[in-house]
Amino acid sequence: MTLALALLIGVLFTVALYLMMRRNLVKVLIGLIILSNAINLFIFTLGRLVRGRPPLIPAGETALQPPYADPLPQALILTAIVISFGVTAFAVALMRQAYQVLGTSDLNELRDTDIQPRYHPDHYHAEDEAEGH
Amino acid sequence: MLVIILSGFIFAVFIPWLYRRFGARSGWLFALLPLGWLFYLAGQAPLVLGQGQAIEEHIPWVPSLGVELAFRLDGLGMLFALLVTGIGALVIIYGGGYLSGHPYQGRFFLLITLFMVAMLGVVLSDHLLLLFVFWELTSITSFLLIGFEHQRYGARAAAWQALLVTAGGGLALLAGLVLLSQVAGSGLISVINQNGAAIRSSSLYTAALLLILIGAFTKSAQFPFHFWLPNAMVAPTPVSAYLHSATMVKAGVFLLARLTPALAGTSLWQALVSSVGFMTLLVGALLALGQRDLKRLLAYTTVGALGTMTFLLGLGGDLAIKAAVVYILAHAFYKGALFLVAGAVDHSTGTRDIERLGNLASILPWVTLAALLAGISMAGLPPALGFLAKELFFESLMESTWPHYLSLGGAILAGAITFVVAALVAFKPFWGRTQDVPHPPHPVSVEFWLGPVILSGLGLVVGIMPALATPLIQGAVQSILQSSLKVKLALWHGITPVLGFSLLTLGLGGLGWAFYRRLWQGGEIWRKLAPWGPARLYEVGLNGLRRFAAWQTRVLQNGYLRFYVMTIVLTTVLLTGFTLLSRLAWLGVGGWGDIRFYEFVVVVLMIAAAVVIPRLRSRLATVATMGMIGYGLVLIYLIYSAPDLAMVQFAIETLTVILFVLAVYRLPKFTRLTPSPTRFLDLLVAIGGGMLMTALVLIVTARPLVPHISDYFAQNSLLLANGRNVVNVILVDFRGLDTLGEITVLALAGIGVYALVRLTLGRLMVYFEGLEEEEEAEHERAL
Repeated sequence: MTLALALLIGVLFTVALYLMMRRNLVKVLIGLIILSNAINLFIFTLGRLVRGRPPLIPAGETALQPPYADPLPQALILTAIVISFGVTAFAVALMRQAYQVLGTSDLNELRDTDIQPRYHPDHYHAEDEAEGH
Repeated sequence: MLVIILSGFIFAVFIPWLYRRFGARSGWLFALLPLGWLFYLAGQAPLVLGQGQAIEEHIPWVPSLGVELAFRLDGLGMLFALLVTGIGALVIIYGGGYLSGHPYQGRFFLLITLFMVAMLGVVLSDHLLLLFVFWELTSITSFLLIGFEHQRYGARAAAWQALLVTAGGGLALLAGLVLLSQVAGSGLISVINQNGAAIRSSSLYTAALLLILIGAFTKSAQFPFHFWLPNAMVAPTPVSAYLHSATMVKAGVFLLARLTPALAGTSLWQALVSSVGFMTLLVGALLALGQRDLKRLLAYTTVGALGTMTFLLGLGGDLAIKAAVVYILAHAFYKGALFLVAGAVDHSTGTRDIERLGNLASILPWVTLAALLAGISMAGLPPALGFLAKELFFESLMESTWPHYLSLGGAILAGAITFVVAALVAFKPFWGRTQDVPHPPHPVSVEFWLGPVILSGLGLVVGIMPALATPLIQGAVQSILQSSLKVKLALWHGITPVLGFSLLTLGLGGLGWAFYRRLWQGGEIWRKLAPWGPARLYEVGLNGLRRFAAWQTRVLQNGYLRFYVMTIVLTTVLLTGFTLLSRLAWLGVGGWGDIRFYEFVVVVLMIAAAVVIPRLRSRLATVATMGMIGYGLVLIYLIYSAPDLAMVQFAIETLTVILFVLAVYRLPKFTRLTPSPTRFLDLLVAIGGGMLMTALVLIVTARPLVPHISDYFAQNSLLLANGRNVVNVILVDFRGLDTLGEITVLALAGIGVYALVRLTLGRLMVYFEGLEEEEEAEHERAL
């Protein structure tokens, strides 16, 4: 199974990195989310795979008896999942707002700090309607 | 001695406040500190100089690294410490007058005091690393003092130059000192100096010596690093007198003397140190030709004098070391005095141009006296100490293995030029015709002449009665040579060849003085040659560095995210790929193992979802497919004993999908922006990154796991923290602070999202548009 997960990790990283090299901001963001999933899986696999032995101390015992799934990577990943959600939420909000103000989600047009804002209230809604929503 | 250093730093803290309270007159007050040290040190003289005992202090600092606050006051340290404190006191008093009314006078007092402490640290340290710390501190204070008039470009450039040259040499020095302490097995200088033979026969000796010499040569402005010193003359004159003539620039010479027992005596040392010293001595003298500025004249002869000291230390032997020590003392007296004289003249007339100065004797009587006394010593005329130093110099040249026509010829030439410079600096401004000066010369107050008179007077008194300074000189010579050599000094050596050389020098000097205008016209050639000097190399190197920095910023920080990602991935893959390839063992291990059917299905589905995502054009489908990967992960966590992860991942994945669905329809549709060849290249890079991760997983999992940390948690989760869910216990108990940090990050992200959503962009846009209109209006007005 390790081999299968190793391949999966490779594919996830490939896709994530590929998406992060795109010009569309949304794709970059999706790449970022896949990347954090891939990293979590990476850490998880490195902590070794154990089936059916969660790190829970059974009643009547005072300590975990081997074999047990390594609790440390799990604790790390738990933190990482939550943090990356925070990052994602912020990035989505930023992306949305940037698009509203600048009227583009093409990263190649976001290279300067001096871009003239193209936003206009009418302009925004007009485009929305043009898309059919 | 720690008391001295600490009291200095503590006192420095109060200087700004004391200055605000007592104003310009506070120079007298601040001079009390070095004076106190001077008396304290002099009180130790009977022990250190009389009985030849060094006073030591050891306070542990970083015991695990063998670093301690080790101080040692021996003969050499005593000589330099007395110079640093004595001249320091005079310079501070002088600064009170010279910088009176200057807005940064308080800063001057603070910096010069800090420098003084650092310099004392250098000469009193008995540990290489401690010495290095103080050494660098003198470089930094020197930087700040050269750039004192920081509004001027020239001052900043000169400060930079001095710092880059001396601190660059400092880096080499640090490496050399580390090597030296490795070889010697101790960082204590007194221990190192006792193991000289073992150090010199070590295989690391050459490397250590070369690195240490670079440090010493840059600090003491030896050729080809001499160029920073004349440029440093933009500093206020008391700074030039103190740092760039009497003390700091002698730190390199001091280091050479300090490490002589450990490093000197080999043919490499002799060849390198003496030839660099000789070159510097010639270069310093020759470059003085054609200079018209009092301070630059003095600066070039300082370079020459530093060369002489290095030369003598390179020659080695009883006589040369004795000559070096006498030269150090004589130079500190006359050069310090002459710099202060130059400052007084500058202050009084507003110029330092020798062609415009004259007839100041009646207006500045005391300054004239000091100039004459110091000038006699500098010119090498009896009965001043300078004469004695020059005699000893010639004598050690006679004894040395250098070809006499070369060494004596060079020394006589340099001596003659020094004579002319002495006459120009110490004689010409005070006699002869009144010249045109920017403002009518005014008399100067006692602060201006007290220091020069004392220093130049000392040079004369010690010249006439060398016995006064003999213990000091003997102490220094003994600690350099680590012997109990008795030193006897006398002004009159009898009629010897050396006296003949002295007379020849004076004669040539007199001739040069008579025809100095023609000689100085010849010096114009340096101006034409300057573009090919070492200073040019510095300039080219610095500009090249700047251009390189600009270029690589332009290339690497080009603003394209794609390029950044690519750079990071490629660098990682190439750098780690090599190491991974060399450990191909992972190819043999692994295999599918005990994979079960449902696991296989989950993995295949996730891979399929991942491969499909980049090709999707619909935003909703993309979000849904992304969810597939996330929920697949939930299943993997669940199968492999991580129920907490599965639950959290499930919740977060759901939230992420909702978030995207809410936000994504506010976003534009996906369009293909990048041409196909570029996409293919990106894909190759991405595949490289993915393969690297796969390889990493296989290599790491093929090795046995060493679960030290997890074992602790597994054993103590219930016993110490009363929790059966070990993952939870780690998060909320063992690593509770980390979780607090995590919560903080989340809170910040939440505030950020809230702020972004609430941001009223309409108002912002009105502001932007307003700006545009204004700009347009301005543009029209301009037309």
